[in-house]
Amino acid sequence: MLESLNSGAATDPALSARFTLSVTGVSKSFGGLQALKNIDLNIAQGTIHGLIGPNGAGKTTFFNIITGLYTADAGEFRLLDKPYKPSEVHEVARAGIARTFQNIRLFKEMSVLENVMVGRHVRTHSGLIGAIFRTSSFKREEHDIKLRAHALLDYVGIERFAQFKAKNLSYGDQRRLEIARALATDPHLLALDEPAAGMNATEKLELKELIQQIRRDGKTVLLIEHDVKLVMGLCKTITVLDYGTKIAEGSPSEVQKNARVIEAYLGSGPVKTDPKSQSNTSATE
Amino acid sequence: MQNKQTNQKSSSLTLKHAPLGVRIFFFAAVLILPFILQVFGNAWVRIADFALLYVLLALGLNIVVGYAGLLDLGYVAFFAVGAYMYALLSSPQLTNAFPWIAALFPDGLHTPLYIAIPLSALLAGLFGLVLGAPTLKLRGDYLAIVTLGFGEIIRVFINNLDRPVNITNGPKGIGEIDPFSVMGVPLSRKLDLGFTEIPSVTLYYYLFIVLVGFSILICSRLEHSRIGRAWMAIREDEVAAKAMGVNTRNLKLTAFGMGATFGGVSGAMFASFQSFVSPESFSLTESVMIVAMVVLGGIGYLPGVVLGALLLAALPEVLRYVAGPLQEMTGGRLDAAILRQLLIALAMVSVMLLRPRGLWPSPDHSEQDQISNDDDNVERAKVVTAGVTDA
Repeated sequence: MLESLNSGAATDPALSARFTLSVTGVSKSFGGLQALKNIDLNIAQGTIHGLIGPNGAGKTTFFNIITGLYTADAGEFRLLDKPYKPSEVHEVARAGIARTFQNIRLFKEMSVLENVMVGRHVRTHSGLIGAIFRTSSFKREEHDIKLRAHALLDYVGIERFAQFKAKNLSYGDQRRLEIARALATDPHLLALDEPAAGMNATEKLELKELIQQIRRDGKTVLLIEHDVKLVMGLCKTITVLDYGTKIAEGSPSEVQKNARVIEAYLGSGPVKTDPKSQSNTSATE
Repeated sequence: MQNKQTNQKSSSLTLKHAPLGVRIFFFAAVLILPFILQVFGNAWVRIADFALLYVLLALGLNIVVGYAGLLDLGYVAFFAVGAYMYALLSSPQLTNAFPWIAALFPDGLHTPLYIAIPLSALLAGLFGLVLGAPTLKLRGDYLAIVTLGFGEIIRVFINNLDRPVNITNGPKGIGEIDPFSVMGVPLSRKLDLGFTEIPSVTLYYYLFIVLVGFSILICSRLEHSRIGRAWMAIREDEVAAKAMGVNTRNLKLTAFGMGATFGGVSGAMFASFQSFVSPESFSLTESVMIVAMVVLGGIGYLPGVVLGALLLAALPEVLRYVAGPLQEMTGGRLDAAILRQLLIALAMVSVMLLRPRGLWPSPDHSEQDQISNDDDNVERAKVVTAGVTDA
């Protein structure tokens, strides 16, 4: 298991670094709306870090900023102690952050195997000439890509569907495929955007096990999730956002007891409408 | 030559899965076809030649539209660029217009094939990049409009580049273009083999068949490569492709350039085959026809694209002959040209209604390596996956 995840991984330039991802002072506003105010976040290596908050708190905005989809107004970004600029999405993937999407974004008409093979794109090099003339280095690389993709599909448990079109997978398996595809880029940080959304209880349990397995195999995971139970059970550290500011950070039990967190989720004073029914259009893509 | 392992589970040419006998029969049929057609007259072989040229064009456009998912409605521009490049390099046009060129080439400008064709391809490829660069951020309808405009711009330019300096000879076109000669044998004349004569159209047929074969090989290899997969990822979901580290800018440019190169080569073929080019061969209708071939046949799937191109290129010509009797029956009121348009339109509408994914769409490998009924497989896959998740 562990081998399939790490074989051929980019060599860790800073294995000694304490934090996989370390950002300071991230701000972002959309027009007049300040979506994020001066956020600091440190994700310790080899841990699962949770990012929670009510709808519209700025979780997805933050997520999109560190993965390069949005540009931050201010902020400093370091990945394994090396500064990186999340300005081009594909550069972020190259630097070593792989993500999944809240609303699954697979390559639907491609086979399950090909989806994962695309994930290897950023770590492989062959170009047009190699492809047209089928050079030996091309064939070797292609062989490796295929082996690795099969291994990753096996790792997330959907190897038997390798030749299916991605759109024909069940919902839970599509989530798994997204994770396999992200892992194929040999990320230092795996960022999961609401991976449990729309899953039933069994699927959530299986997902939980998969994420734990990924962490045990040495990956760092950033988890955005609505399902508080899942986050509490999985994460070592949790950061809570509300209205674009960080209101709490700590272990699950600390966060659970935090008065501001309780207020953010349940409200204070007169009962407010359920925050989950509000849309967070400004923060989602 | 074929890498067995890479293609074993791929959806490339179905012929690879066919038994040896079927393959031999297929190749024999392709080789003998012009001789059968000759019996009915060389005009029929000519139709086959043009159909093959369209196959080349459709294969090129398939890279842009089918693989990378970039709707290009101005593809004929690259065909035109290739054709005119070849025409200029291998006709008296430039020597007539510029005395200094005439002085440089006292025997006339007859650029050898191995220079003229690559140059045509290269120039068309460059034009592909020129079109690609400003349209990188556009998708779908917006891209279609821009490419459509681009195609028209090229045609209008060619149409008017006879003044102040006569480069393209304007609407009058360029004639006397050198024919190809392969190993000293000019393809424009009958080849006397002693016992039989092979007419020029048949010689061209074989040249085009070889080219189509190479193009299919290149396309299929591209399809099953890192680049091809990245193109398809862009087609499926550009944001996700980027997030996986695909440099969408460069890859889109590559797709445009690659597709345009194919267009340029077919343009050079066209110019030499016709020995005459004029702007009216490169109208918007041609672009639309090529897109229709790709879509009608099976977008992104090589056998489908070839089938679509053959059908749409040959059918109108065949109908021309069939329409004759009909025209007589109606006392000349039903013009052959009108009937042709009508039937083609009808065929396209019905194909799109009955087979929305094209006549020969890419198979769904939901049952491993088994190509059977498409919808059937989708259903089965759903059942299988449902069963697994319930368990």
